[in-house]
Amino acid sequence: MNGQPSLVLRIGLPLGFGIAVLVLWELFVVTFDIPRAILPAPSEIWAAIQRSTEILWVDWVQTVLKGALTGLVIGAVAGFAAALAIDRVDFLRRGLLPVANFVAALPIVGVAPIMVMWFGFDWQSKAAVVVVMVFFPILVNTLAGLAATDRMQRDLMRTYSANHTQTLGKLRLPAAMPFIFNGLKISATLALIGAIVAEYFGSPTKGMGFRISTEVGRLGIDMVWAEIAVSALTGTVLYGFVVLIERWVTFWHPSQRRSR
Amino acid sequence: MKRFGPVLVVVLTIFAIWYVGSFLMNRTWVMDQAARAGTDPGFTEVLRDTMNQDRAKLPAPHQVAAELYDGVVNKKVTSKRSLVYHGFITFQTTMAGFVLGIVAGVVLAVAIVLSRFADLTLMPWAIISQTIPVVALAPMIVVLANAAGAGSLLVPKAIIAGYLSFFPVLVSMVAGLRSPGGMQLDLLRTYGASPGQVFWKLRLPASLPYFFASLKIAVAASLVGTIVGELPTGAISGLGARMLIGSQFGNPMIMWSALFAAAILAAMLIWIVSGIEKIAVRMMGGGQT
Repeated sequence: MNGQPSLVLRIGLPLGFGIAVLVLWELFVVTFDIPRAILPAPSEIWAAIQRSTEILWVDWVQTVLKGALTGLVIGAVAGFAAALAIDRVDFLRRGLLPVANFVAALPIVGVAPIMVMWFGFDWQSKAAVVVVMVFFPILVNTLAGLAATDRMQRDLMRTYSANHTQTLGKLRLPAAMPFIFNGLKISATLALIGAIVAEYFGSPTKGMGFRISTEVGRLGIDMVWAEIAVSALTGTVLYGFVVLIERWVTFWHPSQRRSR
Repeated sequence: MKRFGPVLVVVLTIFAIWYVGSFLMNRTWVMDQAARAGTDPGFTEVLRDTMNQDRAKLPAPHQVAAELYDGVVNKKVTSKRSLVYHGFITFQTTMAGFVLGIVAGVVLAVAIVLSRFADLTLMPWAIISQTIPVVALAPMIVVLANAAGAGSLLVPKAIIAGYLSFFPVLVSMVAGLRSPGGMQLDLLRTYGASPGQVFWKLRLPASLPYFFASLKIAVAASLVGTIVGELPTGAISGLGARMLIGSQFGNPMIMWSALFAAAILAAMLIWIVSGIEKIAVRMMGGGQT
């Protein structure tokens, strides 16, 4: 229990656990002779990934690049801008914050069929679902972050005779960054869920959600697992990317400091 | 009144925007119909027609309210068209997933706090598990649960709901079990307490406020998981399945009423859980200032 564990341990142990799970999975499937239509072995999934890289790539572009990421960027920018606007008017803040907090807890995935009806089957409807899903977590977190400075700090800015923009840019936005990144982390995982869910309500003949639902019907279970692997990797990388930017932006925050 | 005034204004504004949106979005259809019939409707007629379409692009609030009322009150509870019936199926699964999530979250948190090895090994995977979109996994969970002899759809749906709801519990419990400070731990050491006693008498009681705080998030997550689980799994009952049916039959009223029923269910669940939280906090002697 002395201080931080070494980097080798921090990466090696989880990695080892992951590999152990894969090995056990492979052994389990081989020894009990599980039919491929129920649970394919990791080696078979890997073979499926190699066999159909092209399809996986097309699906990935359709779902992740066009659907999830477009929606994530639009929704995050809109939520952030709305938070800045609401923050300027005290009346709006008192009225909208409870409403936004409430909406953020609702199962917003339910708007997926409505968006598909409004914007058609292609990626626009998927992006729209993601925009709606991502908007509220970002809005709520940004507002909470903007309120995170204390009286003393704001008074200090006033003694410097800083105007609203200066106080915002130099004090309140930096202080809000940990909150905003918290919202972004939630949003990054929601974006993928939203884009895939919307595809279950109708999609062109490509996309990860479309492929999963059709391959389940055709008992192409190894292909389903290949899509799952790709989506899992995408989700993790997207999350990791947000964490990296967070480290870079909020290097000053206590949670980011390394013990030296 | 000071607190509710702004909220009321905001809610009323949302309804006003909704009505305007209904008018604008449904007007195209009314105009098309009028052009086909060769008539030239006045403003009041257009307004009337946009507010009462069966397949409106955006149904007006009073239409959704009427459909909700119809689905909740006018249909027999056992009817397949009753929202109470579908809501109850979803509620059941949400509760099963919620319990599963709590158990899994607490067990993992205890393991992570007690063992450094589990902390280093399992914590990263707990985080990774949440970055994997559950929707992609959902059909496979159904296949596997069926192969394992689950029999009904309740089990796989509850697993999906639990998959989403265990994480908030885990994170809060880890923070809660680690919340006792050095002073308190030292005090117990001077009493000669065993590690088991430290856990039961100090760490566990200290973690309870954190535990209850996480339940609200967990129950909301469990409901989302249930609805998501009802979509790609071939379920025919439950609010998520209702949305899918509305989408397939091109009936927007079914989708909107199911969406609002889900929202109401979420509000009720969160309200109940925060009530339990308040009672628990009071019983533990907190909250009295």
